[in-house]
Amino acid sequence: MAERGGRGSGHGSLDKSITLPPDEIFRNLENAKRFAIDIGGSLTKLAYYSTVQHKVARVRSFDHSGKDIDNEPLYEISVQEEITARLHFIKFENTYIETCLDFIKDHLVNTETKVIKATGGGAYKFKDLIEKKLGLKVDKEDVMTCLIKGCNFVLRNIPHEVFAYQKDSDTEFRFQTNHPNIFPYLLVNIGSGVSIVKVESEDKFEWIGGSSIGGGTFWGLGALLTKTKKFDELLQLASKGQHTNVDMLVKDVYGGACQTLGLSGNLIASSFGKSTTADKEFSKEDMAKSLLHMISNDIGQLACLHAKLHNLDKIYFGGFFIRGHPVTMRTITYSINFFSKGEVQALFLRHEGYLGAIGAFLKGAEQDNPNQYSWGENYAGSSGLMSTSPDVSPLQRTRSGTFDMLEMDRLERPLVNLPLLKDPSTYIPDTVDLTDDAMARKYWLTCFEEALDGVAKRAAASQPDSVDAQERAEKFRQKYWNKLQTLRQQPFAYGTLTVRSLLDTREHCLNEFSFPDPYSKVKQKENGIALKCFQSVIESLDSLGWEERQFALVKGLLAGNVFDWGAKAVSDVLESEPQFGFEEAKSKLQERPWLEDSYSQWLERLKEGPPHKCALIFADNSGIDIILGVFPFVRELLSRGTEVILACNSGPALNDVTYSESLIVTERIAAMDPVIHSALRDEKLLLVQTGSSSPCLDLSRLDQGLAVLVRERQTDLVVIEGMGRAIHTNYYAVLRCESLKLAVIKNSWLADRLGGKIFSVIFKYEVPCK
Amino acid sequence: MPAFIQMGSEKHFSSLHTTLCATGGGAYKFEQDFRTMGDLELCKLDELDCLVKGVLYIDSVGFNGRSECYYFENPTDAERCQKLPFNLENPYPLLLVNIGSGVSILAVYSKDNYKRVTGTSLGGGTFFGLCCLLTGCSTFEEALEMASHGDSTKVDKLVRDIYGGDYERFGLPGWAVASSFGNMMSKEKRDSVSKEDLARATLITITNNIGSIARMCALNENINRVVFVGNFLRINTISMRLLAYALDYWSKGQLKALFLEHE
Repeated sequence: MAERGGRGSGHGSLDKSITLPPDEIFRNLENAKRFAIDIGGSLTKLAYYSTVQHKVARVRSFDHSGKDIDNEPLYEISVQEEITARLHFIKFENTYIETCLDFIKDHLVNTETKVIKATGGGAYKFKDLIEKKLGLKVDKEDVMTCLIKGCNFVLRNIPHEVFAYQKDSDTEFRFQTNHPNIFPYLLVNIGSGVSIVKVESEDKFEWIGGSSIGGGTFWGLGALLTKTKKFDELLQLASKGQHTNVDMLVKDVYGGACQTLGLSGNLIASSFGKSTTADKEFSKEDMAKSLLHMISNDIGQLACLHAKLHNLDKIYFGGFFIRGHPVTMRTITYSINFFSKGEVQALFLRHEGYLGAIGAFLKGAEQDNPNQYSWGENYAGSSGLMSTSPDVSPLQRTRSGTFDMLEMDRLERPLVNLPLLKDPSTYIPDTVDLTDDAMARKYWLTCFEEALDGVAKRAAASQPDSVDAQERAEKFRQKYWNKLQTLRQQPFAYGTLTVRSLLDTREHCLNEFSFPDPYSKVKQKENGIALKCFQSVIESLDSLGWEERQFALVKGLLAGNVFDWGAKAVSDVLESEPQFGFEEAKSKLQERPWLEDSYSQWLERLKEGPPHKCALIFADNSGIDIILGVFPFVRELLSRGTEVILACNSGPALNDVTYSESLIVTERIAAMDPVIHSALRDEKLLLVQTGSSSPCLDLSRLDQGLAVLVRERQTDLVVIEGMGRAIHTNYYAVLRCESLKLAVIKNSWLADRLGGKIFSVIFKYEVPCK
Repeated sequence: MPAFIQMGSEKHFSSLHTTLCATGGGAYKFEQDFRTMGDLELCKLDELDCLVKGVLYIDSVGFNGRSECYYFENPTDAERCQKLPFNLENPYPLLLVNIGSGVSILAVYSKDNYKRVTGTSLGGGTFFGLCCLLTGCSTFEEALEMASHGDSTKVDKLVRDIYGGDYERFGLPGWAVASSFGNMMSKEKRDSVSKEDLARATLITITNNIGSIARMCALNENINRVVFVGNFLRINTISMRLLAYALDYWSKGQLKALFLEHE
């Protein structure tokens, strides 16, 4: 972890004696190509692109023709190496620059790299050092251009990148939903001075104003007034001071509020208006506070005036004045609120410090077209947002002077919004915000901690032939445990904390230690068993009357969801007597009326309405769920004349069925079932991938191919099943077409929260308002 | 002020008048003192009403037969810059920037129709207050005097200090101030500046900022004449010229800064 970085190093001089934990900071350096560096006043940000070898589990169908298939596995699983692209960003203090350059030099195998893109004020100062150490030619890029390129990139690719700051609420950081259209916006960069830039598109931006009263004024004037040299110390002073001792307030002038002007008595009438005397001493804290207010208010006012003139309501703030400092985020937020009368919101970025490096990197990587891809933050390799209140957090002290990292994985396919979302700009996938809800946060963090040993064990067991599986499983356990502890301290570290983000982080950590699919064998077995029961399930369904059958189909969908692979007793039953297990599951279901029950409306809709044109179904688990629950339901829809798009995860997550598994399963079902067979042949049944590897579902980041198909086929029904996709996420998602959300609640805490008991059923049929 | 009330009391102002017209923030603050000590009722007039009426009145009377209002021609050219009278016959709309200890900005559309657009706490009080802290001076005049002998470019970081010249990407000239007091981040430079330099930098910082806010307000309100008044500008040619210059330069000649002889 980054915390171990360069602690205990000296200040001032370039300290070569620090020891870097190389594998943990400059990761994948041997595969690195293309570097960029952003050297600021005190921090250096290094960016590089690397290729990462991943282990991935692949499935391949056996040729079953003419063989007795009863005693053979359904398909073959192999673990292969896959190469993916990753972006690495590392932030460290300028003091370490020489050591870091030496380290990079020693580990740089790829000799194709000739140039390093550089930006930031320090790029000039360190140019010779970089060229000498790395033997690369320094190619300087414009600071603002890089900043804006970087800003566009994070706004587009990192969920929960943007947050508003709220000091006096339970959560200081209020993360914003990514708006599908990021333009236009105003970027106010507060470095030593202030630049106000209007950004209208990827390549179109314009400097519309600025101010010389910025971070340098706070620092320079602050140093003169208080004899305090360091910026951080000045901020510390300011956070303790009382500006009213130095500033002249409206009430000092008027004796109270000024009614005719509508000004409150506490407003500052004149900054430093009380210090107009030579014979009074003022405290350093009070002067620093007054200065901070003066500068923040002034910047806020100018930003609002520019926003008004250009009719913009999104203002992002960045620069060293802001960089993670709660004190300045607070005063800027206050100022924007005051001057815009609440019409404009001051917004901040989680990776603000990296914008220049990201932009410089992108400038140098244009031939790789990074903007054509979607990228995802790798939680396993990123440090996350650290350090809030300087006076609160001891973590901050150890953190400053160490290394901070961000890693972005290139996703194979571009991700887009589901076209059926009613309002993509307000869609929030997650049902409960754990950053906001302390009770829920404690519960789920504990829940994930308690499950961790089991997950590590299963991971090790999934690779019985590997000699180091135990060791890697332990490393995984340690890494995820540390992440959970970080999140207890700083719930906002990776944006809004949710059950989804906890699950995704776990998947990232598993991947990190080459456990690409711990459930692959379990899924294989379960799929094989369930397939054997398919025909008898269909026969019994077909023997029912129409209305009875509809109910049985829905129960089947729900039953597949009852059992989780955590329950050993259950898996035994499933293995020995799958058919019995399925029936057993059905009997466990809550009797109607369910906890959320709009089944009657659904039945009515099927009975009275015309068949749906096309249904999009998001599948959940492998085995019984997909084969005995989802497929009979799909078959019924097809028989009604409804086309079906079946969407499965691109990559593995828990025992969820993956797209490649679904292909094999479907092929086998088609061999048994004429309805499925002809639907596949006639392209009435289409299998697609979601673009995701999460047990949850973010409808704003779905595979582009899926989105295209959904539009082409005029999809008018969306079915989402399972706890992860229909309860932890999307429970409140509003769609433009009919939707079914169904799940069995397998967690008593969550059931209790929703006002029910364990195994309560959620059956939510929604019709969009006309 | 207490001395004035005392005098009023001693000279028995109250036997001549029972009310005194007053304006300004102090009218509220000292009302009680006037009543108890001076036996005078204050007829408090709205400060801004008075200001607007005053500006318009003074101009209608004129200044020894000359126009009360003036501007600087060629403010961006130090050689050719000169003060010229401005005929304020059709004054509306105008932006009125009153620089006292703080700053109030009014948009005036007619004799009776005006609104307070905004204000800033960075005003004359800030200049004087910071000068007291930075230089130990004790009067406003002293602060201005020091400023007139100083060099702000030693204190401020200019665009050319960062980019070596103009920042062409954004059309910023090298002489523009990038960061007020920005050079003071460095200890060596802190040790090498004079009190005069600091006073000058303070004056430039405050003045530029007022100019910049006034310019933005004028654009937002769609007004192109900006009248600067207030105590801060009294005997303060540096600021007036700078305001005239800044407004002209940054608005590319679209905005005109106006001043009054008897503000």
